[in-house]
Amino acid sequence: MSFLELKNITKRYGPLTAVGDVSLSVEKGEFVSLLGPSGCGKTTTLQMIAGFVEPSAGTIRLDGRDITRAKANSRGLGIVFQSYALFPHMTVFDNVSFGLEMQRVARGERKPRVEEALSLVHLSPYAKRYPRELSGGQRQRVALARALVIRPPVLLLDEPLSNLDAKLREAMQFELREIQRKVGTTTVMVTHDQAEAFSISDRVVVMEAGRITQIDQPYRIYEHPETEFISRFVGKTNLLPGKVVTATGAGATVSLAGIAVPVETADLSVGETVTLCIRPEKLHLTAPSSGLLTGRVADRFFLGSQWLYHIDGPVGTLMVVTPNDGSTPAEQGAPVGLEWSPSVVRVHRGAMAEAPDVALEVTG
Amino acid sequence: MSAALPETAPAAPGDETPERRFPTAPLFLSGPAALLFAALVLTPLFLTALLSFNQFDYATGRTGGFTLEHYLSVVTDEYYLEIFLRTFRISALATAICVVIGVPEAYILSRMTNPWRSIFLLVILAPLLVSVVVRAFGWSMLLGPEGPVNGALIALGIGRMKLLYTEGTVVVALVHVMLPFMVIPVWTSLQKLDPAVEQAALSFGASRATAIVRVVAPQILPGILSGSLIVFGLSASAFAIPGLLGGRRLKMVATVVYDQYLSDLNWPMGAAVAVILLAANLIIMLTYHRMVEGHYRRRLG
Repeated sequence: MSFLELKNITKRYGPLTAVGDVSLSVEKGEFVSLLGPSGCGKTTTLQMIAGFVEPSAGTIRLDGRDITRAKANSRGLGIVFQSYALFPHMTVFDNVSFGLEMQRVARGERKPRVEEALSLVHLSPYAKRYPRELSGGQRQRVALARALVIRPPVLLLDEPLSNLDAKLREAMQFELREIQRKVGTTTVMVTHDQAEAFSISDRVVVMEAGRITQIDQPYRIYEHPETEFISRFVGKTNLLPGKVVTATGAGATVSLAGIAVPVETADLSVGETVTLCIRPEKLHLTAPSSGLLTGRVADRFFLGSQWLYHIDGPVGTLMVVTPNDGSTPAEQGAPVGLEWSPSVVRVHRGAMAEAPDVALEVTG
Repeated sequence: MSAALPETAPAAPGDETPERRFPTAPLFLSGPAALLFAALVLTPLFLTALLSFNQFDYATGRTGGFTLEHYLSVVTDEYYLEIFLRTFRISALATAICVVIGVPEAYILSRMTNPWRSIFLLVILAPLLVSVVVRAFGWSMLLGPEGPVNGALIALGIGRMKLLYTEGTVVVALVHVMLPFMVIPVWTSLQKLDPAVEQAALSFGASRATAIVRVVAPQILPGILSGSLIVFGLSASAFAIPGLLGGRRLKMVATVVYDQYLSDLNWPMGAAVAVILLAANLIIMLTYHRMVEGHYRRRLG
């Protein structure tokens, strides 16, 4: 029996279904992220767990107890809001202490617990400050300390890092994970940032238009996206439309604009329309007219640790990412060959949802 | 910096250096408003203050010279003292009632969803569209000896009560007139409130009442402060309501000023009372502002 369990949770606003039939089990101590574009229902799902939104159907169980209709202030969950929602008229200490006060923890016990929580987020010297005297990162930590100090069964994080600048966000990601590991609190985080979700979650739940489309470990979601939407949304990807020309028990050959490409997917049938999905870092540049196809460097971008190439070829523009190993990069306009291993190609059945403007599809 | 220098250098020789030139733009921009303010507010105020030091001759009605007798008589005369005390008592009471009614009203308003919120905001503001004099007459018809309220009281067997020309009636009517001036600043500061802050309080186990008292109320204190200053200031200098509902005997400072000017024709006396009212009002409001503001300045900025 899992610790936090959502069963067929649905939220309708009039004719609009914000969240449809969401089922999710979270184990004790697990860090799960709800990932999806804005408007996919991830925040509504979190608010239903928190008790701010009442589900239209379904049940939520926490540690075996049905909390579907329980009031928000009786659930005892720790929540970090997107805006942090600190109490601006209270000091950092009073902010953190508020939850304990509401739980009627004795005054003598409150002080050491608040101090412990503040030292956990490295804010001990700031206890007497007011929130507006703190930086964004510090406010974020106060919000985290305030949520953790009540020792909640589940910690809910609503886009906790979205208001921080890029560098701080990265640092906080690791810190958040470290703190979560140390405290061992079951955590559900909502985010639209796949890098954030991948780097710190045990499991990622991808949501799309109010529904869950895939629940898996971050690595599995990246390597084996179950839908074309996920492969687009998660990381950069090259999507190539093709037709199956031969199919055997062990694999198949797909024709991309006349070029035969081997894939390892077994149960395809000849004549079927498919979309091949290849991550840019799985493509390798080779000498011209070797490899699987030949193209020309249309553009190249230096990303520091990597080079990003746009290669014009017979199948359209492909994105290729190569590590910057110090060697001279391919020049703009230079002809190059492209090769990849058949095992890295993911095959989605059916035609692509949109025009194959993959070069512009830079998500995340 | 260095790139900009050659450009400015040719223009400089004949002209004054930018450091020494007097900045004229702020003066031009603030000028019209300052002139208007000086002409319409400061000048009459200054003339009133001057007038209050003039002597007044009852026989000829002439004014002139210099005297402090009006101020002395206002300060020493119990009649005036009572009127001042009554004015501030009524204003304070009206302000307190406006806080008690207006703050929850604004809170409820801010929690409404849109068709209703707009409708109720309009309902709250609508009284401002009707002249205070008309509203005062409305109250006097309602509360008069033959009015519907007394009619109801008689029908209920309680009997006729004297409602008009009492302090209570003046307070009630002032609250009615002043309420929008409390609701609007409070509503504005509620609009600026992050709704998640209240949710946060709830999520930590606070009851709704605790969340409002501990988390919402302290944050809308600036709104309550400005609302009470407006209500108190307007009530203390209110004229139509006490004039029409207080009758001849229940006088407030503004009605006394009116009497001095138009019945006694003692303009200097009226001016002195007006100046004292202004000074007292200022002192009370500044003290109050300081007291409340000191509380939240560091916290809310």
